[in-house]
Order: sequence, then C-alpha cells, then structure tokens
Amino acid sequence: MSGAARTPVIELRNVSKTFGEVRSLADVNFSVYPGEIVGLLGDNGAGKSTLVKTVMGYHSPDQGGEIFFEGQRIDDWSTARARSLGIETVYQERALCEKQPIWRNMFMGREPVTKWGLLDVHKMRSEAARLMSQHMGFTSAAVHPDNVVTTMSGGEKQGVAITRALYFDAKLVILDEPTMGLSLSETKKTLDFVEGIKKAGKSAIFIDHNIFHVYPVVDRLYVLDRGRVAGIYRKSEISMDELIERLYRVARSGSID
Amino acid sequence: MSSGSQTTTSAKAKDNRVAPPSVMRRYGSQIGIIGVGLAMWLGFVIAAPTVFLDIDIYKAFAQTTPLFGIIALALTFVVITGEIDLSFPSIMALGTAMFCLMSKAGVPDYIALLIGFATGALCGWINGALIARLNIPSLVITIGTSFLYRGTELILMNGTGVPLTEDNYPLGHLLFNSAPFGFPVQSLWCIVIGGLLWLLLNRTRFGAHVFLVGDNPTSARLMGIDVVRVKTGAFMLVGVVAVFAGLMTSFVGFYFWPTTGDGFLLNTIASVFLGGTSVFGGTGSIVGSFVASYIIGAINAGIVSAGINAFYTQLCFGLVIVVSVVLQTIIERRVRRQSITGR
Repeated sequence: MSGAARTPVIELRNVSKTFGEVRSLADVNFSVYPGEIVGLLGDNGAGKSTLVKTVMGYHSPDQGGEIFFEGQRIDDWSTARARSLGIETVYQERALCEKQPIWRNMFMGREPVTKWGLLDVHKMRSEAARLMSQHMGFTSAAVHPDNVVTTMSGGEKQGVAITRALYFDAKLVILDEPTMGLSLSETKKTLDFVEGIKKAGKSAIFIDHNIFHVYPVVDRLYVLDRGRVAGIYRKSEISMDELIERLYRVARSGSID
Repeated sequence: MSSGSQTTTSAKAKDNRVAPPSVMRRYGSQIGIIGVGLAMWLGFVIAAPTVFLDIDIYKAFAQTTPLFGIIALALTFVVITGEIDLSFPSIMALGTAMFCLMSKAGVPDYIALLIGFATGALCGWINGALIARLNIPSLVITIGTSFLYRGTELILMNGTGVPLTEDNYPLGHLLFNSAPFGFPVQSLWCIVIGGLLWLLLNRTRFGAHVFLVGDNPTSARLMGIDVVRVKTGAFMLVGVVAVFAGLMTSFVGFYFWPTTGDGFLLNTIASVFLGGTSVFGGTGSIVGSFVASYIIGAINAGIVSAGINAFYTQLCFGLVIVVSVVLQTIIERRVRRQSITGR
C-alpha cells in the first residue's frame, strides 16, 4: 500500500462523542485510504458502532471533532450528505423497513424519479428484480420484488442490505457486523462480497466480532477500546496469533502493549 | 394460495423459496373494504328500495360525506407515519375563522382563503414540530394543541358566528357549495383531492418516505431520510385540508359556527382505520380511506331513510367498524400465515 501518500477517502480528526455522561468516543483519529479495506476490532461497547454512525453522519461529533471527505473539511455532515458523496453502510441492525416490499427497501432514501418528478416505480421494481437475481443469487421466481421483507430469512434480509449498498456505486462501503446471524454459506458469500469491493478499487470499513472473518480480508486494522484507538496495525506487521493475544490483553488491562 | 404453498414445500428447502405475493396480500384490505361497502349498499337497497334506487339520497350524502372524508384522506398520511392528529376539528374552525375575519376586514376573498389555508399549515407545522423535533407522543400533544387552537378561535371570534350568504360570499359558494352539471361540488373535491393525495402517497418521494418513516423511523434515519421533515409535512397536509373542510362545512351550512368541527373527530378517524390503515404505522391506503368515509357517511343516511329509528345509527357504526377491523386483522394474519391472535 502506497496509501500514506494519498488523500484519505474519509478522515476523522479528534472526534469525540458523548451521550449524556457516557463518552463513547474519545479523541479518535481515523482514516481510510482509496482501495483499502480497514478492519475495526474491539469488545462490546468499545465504540465501533458509534464510530461508524459518526462516519455516516447519524451522530454528529462533539465540538472540536472534524470530518474530512477526500481532503475537504465538511461541516454540515449528515446521513443524506454522506450517502450523496458515496458512502454506503450495511448496518448491524440492517436498517430495513420490514413491512415494505423489497423494491422500496432497495431504494430507500434514494428513490429514482421520472422527468415529471414522480416516483419511477417501474424502474424500482425491475431494477430490484435484476439486482436480486444477479447479486443476491435469488432465482427470479423465488423472491418477488413485491415480497415484504418480514417474510424473508436473515440471510436474505442481509442480501437486500448488502445489495443496496453495492448498487449505488459507493466509494466507501461500511459493513457493521455483516456476518451476524448468518449461516455458513451466507457468511462465505458476504466475505466474498468484501473481497469484491477491494477488487473494484473501492474502500471499505469492516467491523466484526470474529477476528477469523476480519483478518483475512483487511489491509489495516484499528483496535478500539473504551472509546479510544488502542492500536493501529498493517496486516503485514502482525500475525493473527499476535493480534488475538493483544486483543485479550487490551480487554483485560485497557493497555495494548 | 394454500395449495400453492403445499406444492412448493419441497422446493422451499432447496432454494429458500418465498411465495410471490398474492393479490390478496397486496390489496386484501382494499378489496375487503370495497366488499363491505358493496354489501352494505345492497342491504340498504333491499331494505328500502324506493329510497336507495332514487338519485336524491346519493346527492344528499355526496354533499355531506366529503366534509369529513377529505380530512380522512389527509389524516391517512399522519397515521401511516405512526402518529395521530386529534386537533384537526379545532384547525377547521380556526382556519375558517381567519377567513371570516380577513373577509370582514375588507381583504379580497381569494386572499382571505389563502390566509385561512396558511393558518391550517401553521397549525400543522406546530403539531409536527412538537411531535417530530421534540419527540412528544402525538396523542398527547394534539389534545393540547386542540384546546390551544379552539381557544384561540373562540377568543378571535368572541364566541359569535358569521352568516355566509351567497350574496356576500360568491367565491366561497362557487368553490364549496355549488353543483356543476348537477354533481355536488363537495364530492368532486373529494375525488380530486383523493386523486392528488393518492399520487402524493404512491408516486412521490415524500409519499415513499411517509411509509418508511412509519415502518421504522430508525432505519429511515440511518438511510438519510429526514424524519422530522416528513412527519411535519404530513401534519401540515392535515392542517391545510382541515381548513378546506372547515370552509366547505361552513358554506354548505351558510353559517360559520364557532363550534365548527365538533362531531368530526370520530367519524374521520374511524374512516382511516376502517380503510385498512394500520394504527402501528407503515401501511395504509388512500383508496381504503376514501371508500371507508363513504361507508361511514352512508350508514347515517341509510339508517334514517330505511325507516329505522335513528338511535340505531351509533350501534350500526359500532358494528360495522368493529367487525371490519377484526376481519381485516384476521385476514391479514391468515395471509401472513400467523396465528389468529398474532402471537
């Protein structure tokens, strides 16, 4: 990676986030370079999801924190802004609307309109059907775009969430615990998808509890502990065993070395 | 449907097959409500053929039903977002009061009308801002704003009404109390507004967001949808349409009563729920609310003209609403293959 010389896709400087009396993030510096897959590891409550939601504009950072997108400092950061700049997220909670048909979920917040300004329902339906058969591996007869999401299995729901992130041609894809609750083959498919992001020259942030899923696909790793960045490693610098050892140590003592 | 699921059970294990949605699943509640409407109409025709095969009865209730029906159409948006508005009867009165006061002060009627609608939009904005920005339950806050708006109106009008004669208010009567080609303009408005609101709900991004916000507000926010704006928009829509209904009610009665809106609350809300819009948010239909409001309107006219004692009206309302809502719920759970109790 000659990443260091280039401008990061996204960069957080001195970002803190406080909820009432709980400090979820404390002076975090975080960056992702073009074409890089960054892993985010840490125990429950380490601040992984808060970090992701701050990158996504769902939480705004406390005073003093700065967010840069491709070198530009952005002050009015919001979810809609982040998405329009090309950041897509597969959330841990999947962020689906389960009573709605697949096609509405697929285009959530980004519904295509015709030249009259009306919703292009035909396009939404046909694109959803195409994506489902091409990317999610559903045969077109098996799942209809008009099916409501409630009726689908966990893996299929995740398929919708991942396909949605992929469709909009994002520069940066964030995956927050994408393998949670998935079967073995569904997990394999998800990890293949992460590899695919890299091949397409895009960046990704990959969060997972399971280090055996994270380690093989990432270029760089951030270890979070109690809202702080406890360590940053290039994959070439650290073996999986060493990493596991350090993760245990940081969870016990709060110090990584 | 059930036979289809039997034959695909083996395939299901192989490729996670999910049955394509049936027509019943997609339009079940709308078909149901149209069925209830037709059955009730047939019942009335059989009970009182002379009355129900005559055009006059239809003219009468084509004039009165839209008075609350058009509010039900707009209220459908608010209910789909998972909220409720109990303040619209007061908004009806406050907006109409503003029109009367402006007109009396010498403002041209068309501007006075716009000021009336703007008042409704403002009332809706206040509701929406309190509910969506401050996250206050709409059931609670709209009871409060209901008194607020009614109180403001009573003070402004000093408790007195305004006669709305055709001579003094030609524009108002033309818009709200005429019958082009013999067709009551009230129902014409109901059809036009129904068509526009159907378009708004089903064919615009705002409408799409209304469904998403009501289904799961957190997901909607995570995907960049401005939940506050969507909810506020829905409440403003009810505000404007409520003033429209208030003006229509007053011009039909040739008089603005300071109590305008009293007695509208339950009819309107019943129409929305009878039309298959879920109280839990996320699902609902304009077609359902439209048909349901005419059913509610027809019960009143039907009972009286069928020669049944008018005291039976409320009982009949109750039966139709309770039975329809129970049936809708059961059918929906059958379609989703849940147990009857939904547990």
